Amino acid sequence: MRSNNIRPPWHVLVAFIVPALIIYTVFMVYPLFDSMRLALYQQQADGSQVWVGLENFIRLFNDERTTDFDIRFINALLHTFIFFAIFMLVQNPMGLFLAGLLSIKGLRGAAVYRSILFVPTTMSIVIVGWIWTLMLNPLWGIVSDIVAGVGLESIIPKAGWLGDPNTALPVVTLVGVWQYIGMPMILFLASLIGIDDDLIEAAKVDGATGWDIFWRIKFPLVLPTAGVVAVLTFTANFVAFDNVFVMQGTQAGPSFATDILGTYFYRVTFGGASLLPNTSMGATIATMIFFIILIGVLFYLFILRPRLIRD
Amino acid sequence: MKKVIMVTLLLILALPMSLQAQDVVELTMGSWRTEDIEQWANILEVFHAAHPEIHVNFEPTLNTEYDAQLTNQLAGGVGPDLITCRPFDRALLNYQAGGMANISDLPGLENFSDVALGAWSTDDGAETYCVPMASVIHGFIYNKTLFDELGLEAPTTESEFFAVLDALLEAGETPLGISTKDQWTTATMGFNNLWPNFCNGEETRQAILAGEAKFTDECFIDVLESLAAWAPYLPAGHESIGYADAQQTFPLGLTAIYPSGSWEIPLFNDLADFEMGAFKPYLPDDKDPSECSISDHVDIAIGMNANTEHPEEARIFLEWLTTADFAQVFSDNQPGFFSLSTHPVELSDPLAAEFVSWREDCTETIRMFDQFLSRGEPGGNQLMNENINVMIQGGVTPQEAADNIQAGLDDWYYSED
Amino acid sequence: MTQTKHKIIHTAPPKSLRDRIAGVIPYILLTGYSVVALFPMFLIVINSFKDRKELFRTPYQPPIWFTFEDGFQILNTFSAEGYERVFNQSPVLGYFANSIFITGVSLFFVLLLGTTVAYALNEYNFRGNRVLYVFMVVGVMIPLRLGTVSLIKLVTSLGIYDTHIALILVYIAKGLPVGLFILSEFMRQVPGELKDAARVDGANEYWILFALVIPLIRPALATVLVFQLIPIWNDLWFPLTLAPSEGVRTVTLGVSSFAGQYKQDWSALLAALTLAMLPVTGLYIVFSRQFIRGLTRGALK
Repeated sequence: MRSNNIRPPWHVLVAFIVPALIIYTVFMVYPLFDSMRLALYQQQADGSQVWVGLENFIRLFNDERTTDFDIRFINALLHTFIFFAIFMLVQNPMGLFLAGLLSIKGLRGAAVYRSILFVPTTMSIVIVGWIWTLMLNPLWGIVSDIVAGVGLESIIPKAGWLGDPNTALPVVTLVGVWQYIGMPMILFLASLIGIDDDLIEAAKVDGATGWDIFWRIKFPLVLPTAGVVAVLTFTANFVAFDNVFVMQGTQAGPSFATDILGTYFYRVTFGGASLLPNTSMGATIATMIFFIILIGVLFYLFILRPRLIRD
Repeated sequence: MKKVIMVTLLLILALPMSLQAQDVVELTMGSWRTEDIEQWANILEVFHAAHPEIHVNFEPTLNTEYDAQLTNQLAGGVGPDLITCRPFDRALLNYQAGGMANISDLPGLENFSDVALGAWSTDDGAETYCVPMASVIHGFIYNKTLFDELGLEAPTTESEFFAVLDALLEAGETPLGISTKDQWTTATMGFNNLWPNFCNGEETRQAILAGEAKFTDECFIDVLESLAAWAPYLPAGHESIGYADAQQTFPLGLTAIYPSGSWEIPLFNDLADFEMGAFKPYLPDDKDPSECSISDHVDIAIGMNANTEHPEEARIFLEWLTTADFAQVFSDNQPGFFSLSTHPVELSDPLAAEFVSWREDCTETIRMFDQFLSRGEPGGNQLMNENINVMIQGGVTPQEAADNIQAGLDDWYYSED
Repeated sequence: MTQTKHKIIHTAPPKSLRDRIAGVIPYILLTGYSVVALFPMFLIVINSFKDRKELFRTPYQPPIWFTFEDGFQILNTFSAEGYERVFNQSPVLGYFANSIFITGVSLFFVLLLGTTVAYALNEYNFRGNRVLYVFMVVGVMIPLRLGTVSLIKLVTSLGIYDTHIALILVYIAKGLPVGLFILSEFMRQVPGELKDAARVDGANEYWILFALVIPLIRPALATVLVFQLIPIWNDLWFPLTLAPSEGVRTVTLGVSSFAGQYKQDWSALLAALTLAMLPVTGLYIVFSRQFIRGLTRGALK
């Protein structure tokens, strides 16, 4: 309840608001905007900045020199969309499915299952990434054994899971899915549990089956949550870096097949095995990512969300 | 309330962990040699005995991340006190950016040849910033026990080489232990092993630097074609096997020949339980064996951080690196790294001795792209790594790889001239 | 109303065989996926207790196992050599100290500052109130990573590159938007009469916030804590870019580094991973119920 008539002493306002405001502005707002400003310059060897206007941005789309910034950028952009698509098509439906199972009334041991299924999400991507890299390594052959065990031997790539340009990105993505499935699962579970039991009972009286109940009642009511999950996945995926870094290194091999915007940004800004750092191009890439995310978020806020809630 | 108490307790517990004894000066030493933790512990023991008031902590970083991390740390005014230096351009850039200290006046530098010092000095030779430590020789290490079992001899020419590979393949072995997940491996240990023989060693390198030779010349195309032919002999799934994994597969007996260099000897001695041998990089069939050339690469040195809090102690350590004591203890612990100092050193390891013996038969050069050619964008090493790796994986043809490398360098190096 | 409910339950038809099988399916699926979720960790732990040659040969076999070939035998491939090497060669405890310190201080200030701002913006009506709120909450959607290039320059010019404080300030800035968002919801639920009564009694605003309101929103504080604890502890990007040296390294970065160091040494690598898993997984197992409860509450907002 807001006490509308309260005029607090000025020092209260300052003490309560200013420290947070300062830290937030200096360490969040300023860097984001300053990075965008730096994208308009090219840093020289001695640290000074030379104005180049939109040249850096143009280089991302058409690099006349052999540095191939454009090829790498489009490459990374495409891969990031694939990364996002796999998350949306695999992680979120599965999260919903698992939440659906966990929300079944009278399910015994639901709390235990819930805790177990969330364990991978609590671990650091470093640990998860390394565990899976070892399991995918042809020298150990764990994953290949399992795949062969279910009779799918023909899909095992000769170059190894992480070495074949066609399988490397999906595999790295699926490891991320495996790890983070707990998040949408919990979010969906929360909204499923929140659905009024009366509604479900009434439907049962009307003769609805479990499947009907799911599609006609539960699903529409979790759509808003699905929207939130989608936009959060989007923002996270477009700066994702850890997954690829741990499993493939900053080179994002094989032949940049696992290069996504996050790793591309890191590699250009900090340099790689033989690549010299180029902070100006790095800032440019960051700015592009920012605009992409902004478009996605605005799309969600003004187009997607109103639709989902109305339903 | 309970939470506040718990948090405060944790904070109080965490802080003292950074306090140390005040009378011993702690120095950190950065490096890319994660394989050498135990060896350096032994070497440093000798130093600590001679200088008990200084304690050096060897803290290596993964080799693919080391350079970028170091550059950023130096730019931020921090980083290890003692810095392991890459030769030529990479360290020069760090020095020019102000991250490393000028040690031209360090006593003991007269124990090194101009060639050695040249790798860690400015172009005019006036300022030196690292104490040269060792060079490494490129070659092929092989499983001698296996070769003897199969009645195979170490090859000297290209056709002999591929004949051996075929024989190994037929016997069910994996002939070559090199892998392609880490981009730099086939370039550094394939290309740099072969080009000195296929072309004319140091002469060719100087010609490239002067713009008189090109990477699209015939001898380079021959090298690339020979290299591309290695592909079928690599381990299954080599695109997924990283350098560190490959380093393990050879001494564990899973592969027969390991194209690399003498720097692997310390690790392999540790792990291998069979007899190892080494052979020089092979010559093209029509070449006279007396015209051979090896990559004897000035590889590693140690310098100091310009912003270190303990410059005196760092200099004491660097001075120790110029002594005969160090040269000996280093060579004992790091066979395969050949001390660049002029002090005479006894080599006890047979494999290291084998590598060193090649100096008598062949002329020497260094890795192609380390001097001058990697200073700009796109750097020579980067071009080499990207193109050769893809070539072996079948993505580009040898001609295309050569064209790309030449085009990249034309873009800045040759156009500036 | 309740009577109708009872009626419905009593008239439910008895379960047929088909229903019973259908009833078991969820358990099968959940158990199956639980195996998928836990198997990788299990594999790492059992193999961390073997030496290099053994773990390549028999990855699926626990270090101490048995066989019925040739009569009952115990198969012992146990070896702690990996762990020995890790402890000898890495300052593991130092990394933990850094993580605890950085995460603890960051969380403390996110809670403290988040609370004061949430209170002030929701309690007092003043010009720019709404604008300020939107300004600060917008950060939820924008990843701070994108500002890294500038952040490094900023931190370097302030002289705090490669220090704990740099990370702490960054994590506070990152955590404030989410904290503000969640705490605001709870702030609004605190009855105004309580606060007004206190004011009438002569209490000042500081007392009202700290002694009166905060105890009432404890669940909200727990929620924010849970939402921020794991992201901060597990964060790799900022330690990697702002504080990489060994003295300030966090556990997450430390694991990444020594995983890189031990790439040639699978026994030590697996031992390192197992050790790194212990604290968070252990903490999670002990507090899992509170954890999930906190996340669920936050999710509903």
